[in-house]
Amino acid sequence: MYNFKYKKVSSLDEAQQAFDAADDGTFMAGGMTLIPTMKQRLAMPSDVIDLGGIDGLSGISVDGGTVTVGAMTCHADVAASEGVQKAIPALAHLASLIGDPQVRNRGTIGGSIANNDPASDYPGALVGLSATVHTTKKKIAADDFFTDLFETALEEGELITKVTFPAPKIAAYRKFPNPASRYSVVGAFVAKTKDGIRVAITGAGPTVFRVSEMEQALTSSFNADAISNISVSADNLNGDLHATAEYRAHLIGVMVKRAISDCG
Amino acid sequence: MKISFTINGKQETGEVEPRTLLVEFIRYELGLTGTHVGCDTSQCGACTIHMNGRSVKACTLLAAQADGQDITTIEGVAPADGPLHPMQEAFRDNHGLQCGFCTPGMIMSALAMVERHNGEALDEQTIREELEGNLCRCTGYQGIVKAIEAGSKAMQGGS
Repeated sequence: MYNFKYKKVSSLDEAQQAFDAADDGTFMAGGMTLIPTMKQRLAMPSDVIDLGGIDGLSGISVDGGTVTVGAMTCHADVAASEGVQKAIPALAHLASLIGDPQVRNRGTIGGSIANNDPASDYPGALVGLSATVHTTKKKIAADDFFTDLFETALEEGELITKVTFPAPKIAAYRKFPNPASRYSVVGAFVAKTKDGIRVAITGAGPTVFRVSEMEQALTSSFNADAISNISVSADNLNGDLHATAEYRAHLIGVMVKRAISDCG
Repeated sequence: MKISFTINGKQETGEVEPRTLLVEFIRYELGLTGTHVGCDTSQCGACTIHMNGRSVKACTLLAAQADGQDITTIEGVAPADGPLHPMQEAFRDNHGLQCGFCTPGMIMSALAMVERHNGEALDEQTIREELEGNLCRCTGYQGIVKAIEAGSKAMQGGS
């Protein structure tokens, strides 16, 4: 790997200062995407600012109807949390499907959503549950957070501190994983929330998106048959060696139906 | 930069560059060559070690990130001149390896799996699901799955 400067910081303030002082700095949470990306020189930051030494950024709490997940909480902890399993089982299930056990032991929710890989899982849960992203500067609604391919509403140097999820009445996540990488080819998060039905799709487009036509149909009748006649256009969907845009468009309907069935 | 951590119960210190990977430090500086590098792209799991009791891929960690942590490699699971760990023994008994390249990572993943399930004996489905971070190109996994099943039983004093 090319050489770079490394700094492990112990507070958010120190992280900010290190970022401001760096030529072309980047924050590192679990490093599960960043390190492989740097090895390939797809990213070549001058400075890596390791957030692993900041106290208070990881941990899960469940308070009434809200699940709070600290930004540095790893996927394995979300998957194994009894509190999450009870309040939002679909969220624990989603976390258990990310990567493999070794990746889940290091990868974090904050790192995952800040990266906003189109094939990642968490954006589905955040948008599907109408979560809120808390940062060092503000609170951002999930609907406004994921803006485009690998793009978010975060400003330069802005850090995620935690994510809050309102517990839904019921929710489920189904994904069609790439059999080798476990990234989602298409993932569907379906939730009945207090403010209505949400259908969030990850993996298929440049970034997570909702399917309002399906949401409306499911509001009238919450069962898989209700969306049988709704097709999603392949325009603007991702096409690659794993799946064409048309195939992904078809998979959206299939995965949403399965998620609805899981809701029981 | 200077780093210091516990590895297999022993305190080690060293001088590393920021870009030094943990697996490079373990293999080339400490001479613990049981931890292998198969793909170097965090897919194959041959470099799996334990950090603070959890399985991680040492090719996808900077040595600097291990500063102050507690690490176990395959060399640390059984005494050098003593009997094999029951999980190692189970791999030998159940034809859990052919070329052996993936084996250290497989065993470290297997031990973490037993730990995650509170030391209970593991069934085939659990093993197959949770072994997804480790690749083997020889065995077709049958022997490995059998070995982990037997090893997890042996670890609780069963058959």
